[in-house]
Amino acid sequence: MKKGSLWSWFWVALGAIYLLLPLTGTFIFSLRAKKDTLSFVAYQNAFSDPKFLESFGFSVLMALLTIIVSLLITVPTAYWVQLRLPRLRPVVELLTLLPFVIPAVVLVFGLIRIYSRPPLALTGSSFTSNILLIAGYTVLSLPYMYRAVDNGLRTIDIRTLTEAAQSLGAGWPTIILQVIFPNLRGALLSGAFLTFAIVIGELVLAAFLARPAFGPYLALLGQNRAYEPAALAIVSFALTWACVGLIQFLGRGKTDRDRGLAGPG
Amino acid sequence: MAQIAQKDAPRPVMAGLKRANISWAWLGVAPFFLFAFAFMILPALSLFTGSFVDRQGSFTLDNIIGLSQPFILNAYWLSIKISLVTAIAGGLLGFFLAYAVTVGGLPLPIRNVLMTFSGVASNFAGVPLAFAFIATLGRVGFVTVLLKSLLGINIYDAGFNLYSFTGLSLTYMYFQFPLMVLIITPALDGLKREWREAAENLGASNWHYWRYVALPILLPSLLGTMILLFGNSFGAYATAFALTGGSLNLVPIVIGAQIRGDVLNNPGLGYALALGMVVVMAISIAGYTALQRKTERWLR
Repeated sequence: MKKGSLWSWFWVALGAIYLLLPLTGTFIFSLRAKKDTLSFVAYQNAFSDPKFLESFGFSVLMALLTIIVSLLITVPTAYWVQLRLPRLRPVVELLTLLPFVIPAVVLVFGLIRIYSRPPLALTGSSFTSNILLIAGYTVLSLPYMYRAVDNGLRTIDIRTLTEAAQSLGAGWPTIILQVIFPNLRGALLSGAFLTFAIVIGELVLAAFLARPAFGPYLALLGQNRAYEPAALAIVSFALTWACVGLIQFLGRGKTDRDRGLAGPG
Repeated sequence: MAQIAQKDAPRPVMAGLKRANISWAWLGVAPFFLFAFAFMILPALSLFTGSFVDRQGSFTLDNIIGLSQPFILNAYWLSIKISLVTAIAGGLLGFFLAYAVTVGGLPLPIRNVLMTFSGVASNFAGVPLAFAFIATLGRVGFVTVLLKSLLGINIYDAGFNLYSFTGLSLTYMYFQFPLMVLIITPALDGLKREWREAAENLGASNWHYWRYVALPILLPSLLGTMILLFGNSFGAYATAFALTGGSLNLVPIVIGAQIRGDVLNNPGLGYALALGMVVVMAISIAGYTALQRKTERWLR
């Protein structure tokens, strides 16, 4: 055990350096916008750019709408598959795996091919482009959202809850909205935060659909500035940390595999 | 009527409900299937058919054959190379880290911090990740400057370049090995104490135990997760774009350029390129799922 311990400490030290060095490096770099002193000038500059607030606000709005659409699609599906239509489970699970098979850049390629010409020219106006963007984001969030909801449904006895609600005279909308949703709160919030983390800095869909989102703004900033991108990288990391931290807080007692997992953009 | 029936015979409620509401159930899953069809199946199908059609709209295999031209083969080879390197290196580093906090017997708080950090790091990809590496290892990055001023070493004179294959691999590793940690830790937790004790009672050394017991059990999970890591970097666009500005011709980067302005001078070839990417991803996800299932049978 003693020898093994030294070996273990070696790997943990290496991992810690790998994880922490880019963060501390970036943080210190971001403080050097003003020559010879450390200051938060880069952060002030980054935040005071009106384009920053606009694009960030746009992405937050897109994230919230994506979360709503994603919930409306996955919750009834997971619920009915579990309760009534178990034979659909393999099909639904396969479909929720598809976003892993279709990378974002391929997805947006296909979306543009289908929806940029009549009869379904959604890329024509900014309103319909936003709809397309939200649909694309919903696809990206689908595997995580569905798994979060499905795991949540497994932990509550939905059959008994449904029967109890029905014997009290509740209809289906009431059952879903007032009985199932509240009982799934933790699972739904986990899915929502992960979706938020995926959408907020997403580049590919937003850039190719030409939306004024935070991801493309960041990419452009990176080509023109030195210190502000570093500052916003730190802010993004803090945001990701907050989302994943909340997910893990909500998922206490679950296995490690249920912790937030998402792919790179 | 229904209320009376309910009061008298509570049991048949479920049966009657089943028949009456089965249409409700189909109505409930309909949005999901409609959505999946409109925004996943249809776009994928459209790229698929586009790969087998020429400019005039008639069937052709030329686009698929066209994938064998050197420019495109090089793009696939570069993508495969970077995915292999980061999957193997990231997989090994992730495995040793997971080993250290499970079997290695390090204190629990270290494990918790590592797991949380891995959850964050595996989600920290794309443009901000590229910025972080530029600020750290770029030409005027923190570590680059530190090494120059403290030790007099200029890593860029020594041949290092962040905006190259090596640099991009180092950057991808940042989300690769944490993902390995997250997935492989439960598998290592599943190694039962009895297996080691039984092996030791039969006279096995630590080496024997790992060579003949633990590794064979973990192998499907290790391989499966590395395959997942392969797909994870194969499909990545944003990090590579933000770091190299498209100077490394990876498959996603070429597809992106094709969307922007038909750089291949042949739309059909672009669709075939995307189709090839989906095939690689499908193989990697199928491999991961199959191997993961095999592991779950062992580690109940």
